[in-house]
Amino acid sequence: MSKFIKLSFDKGGLNTQLSEFFSDMLENKAVDAILAPMTQPKKGVMQTLVTTKENLSSIDPFAPVMPVNSAKIASSLTATPSGKRIGMVLRSCEVRALVELVKLKQANLDDTLLIGMDCLGRYENTDFLKYQAKDGSSETFIEAALNGKTESDGFDVAGACKICEYPSAPNVDIRLGIIGSGSGTLYIEAVTEKGEEALTKAGAKFVDAPSGRDDAVKKIAAARTAARDALFASYREETGDFDALDEKLAACINCYNCRVACPVCYCKECVFVTDTFRHKGEQFINWANNSGTLKMPTDTSFYHLTRITHIATFCVGCGQCTSACPNDIDVMPIFRTSAEKVQARFEYQAGRSVDEPQPLSVYDSDELMEVTGQVK
Amino acid sequence: MSEFEPKIVSFFCNWCTFTAADLAGTSRLSYPPNIKIIRVMCSGMVDPKYVLKAFLNGADGVLIGGCWPGDCHYINGNLKARRRVALLTELLSQYGIGPDRLWLRWIAASEGTMLKEVAEEMTAKLKELGPSPLNKTTTKVA
Repeated sequence: MSKFIKLSFDKGGLNTQLSEFFSDMLENKAVDAILAPMTQPKKGVMQTLVTTKENLSSIDPFAPVMPVNSAKIASSLTATPSGKRIGMVLRSCEVRALVELVKLKQANLDDTLLIGMDCLGRYENTDFLKYQAKDGSSETFIEAALNGKTESDGFDVAGACKICEYPSAPNVDIRLGIIGSGSGTLYIEAVTEKGEEALTKAGAKFVDAPSGRDDAVKKIAAARTAARDALFASYREETGDFDALDEKLAACINCYNCRVACPVCYCKECVFVTDTFRHKGEQFINWANNSGTLKMPTDTSFYHLTRITHIATFCVGCGQCTSACPNDIDVMPIFRTSAEKVQARFEYQAGRSVDEPQPLSVYDSDELMEVTGQVK
Repeated sequence: MSEFEPKIVSFFCNWCTFTAADLAGTSRLSYPPNIKIIRVMCSGMVDPKYVLKAFLNGADGVLIGGCWPGDCHYINGNLKARRRVALLTELLSQYGIGPDRLWLRWIAASEGTMLKEVAEEMTAKLKELGPSPLNKTTTKVA
């Protein structure tokens, strides 16, 4: 059974309360460091690793922006253990991607305290700066978003967020809950024993569970799931063949930003930048000769399809791929629609459980008989 | 007008299906020349990229031949191949390359006759389906 702490804050006081809460955690050695989104000295909000409580005042975890999917940051911090316990404040898509990286042995949760936060969506990085410039704050965003209004002067939260089924982060030790907690209130939930231990050490006073939170989370999830299904259906309708896919990818310049931004694109070296794809001039001429023409750069859809074969089982739908595209190609639905089919085929769900084996890492002799249709 | 002849890129395991093709030959069985064989050491080394590349370059079908479950020379390469084919099928179906064009079949070294049958069956199926939407070199037969 989860235990809860209640933080009440006056208008404009959310981050002060959070800063005090995390100060207590550091001071009482519940963790040795905190990784959380912080307002940067110049501008913007970025994940920041803090080891002294004096530096927590600029904490702003609910800022509606996610410059990178922090699963990759968590991987850098834990793949080679530091021996220090780090509390990481992450969104649902970051936690779910991290779960996949743990299974790929590219991250480690032993010394990690996962602190998941309720997520109502994020703006694109440049839109967030506009939002801030107009005095938009995390609190104004939360208030508007909880009333169903995320749009702000010509921009809205990322397409991926509008169809994200997980407003509340799964697989975490502690949860920062703003959904269904009532105005001016934040609930901090100890989800696991590890989480409860940390909160107790930080000097927490537990209270009764907030009423109505579960229903509020479910309601948001249901609305987004319906939006997801509608988007997938229209995407599938539009792209029934390779010509349609080529059209979607027409502006692709093979910059590979989508795979750099992807938290679960796991190869240490991407095959598309190796000698396998470094062809001789003569080779290109030969290809061009086949039909008299060759679009350059080559292998664009080949690259995206290969990426699907690599990440379809792990895609968590964070939408960083679309955000990273310099030519505004909405690649997220390409990856997510295939991921949905593939994960369903293997009865797998990216980020659901650390213990569930990844589909391509296991096999059984008595399965998928329909693939060959042969019985001995 | 000449009949459409499908091009089937075939990845055959060295230990079973490729040997079966050899056996079919020495047994003087004839199978359709539509099967273009690439010998690989195991069906488990058929990277999904090979399949994608074949289709993107206009192959009408891809046939992967491996050992029966339990018979793999490398213990379980064929079982990994089966999972990859399942994944590829989910992906390719969305873009008009259905499971009829990507086949995985278990054909043991002794099954030369089965190799002939599978080659005939797949060629017939693809003739019925017509050229792959990505095959830009074959003119469609009306």
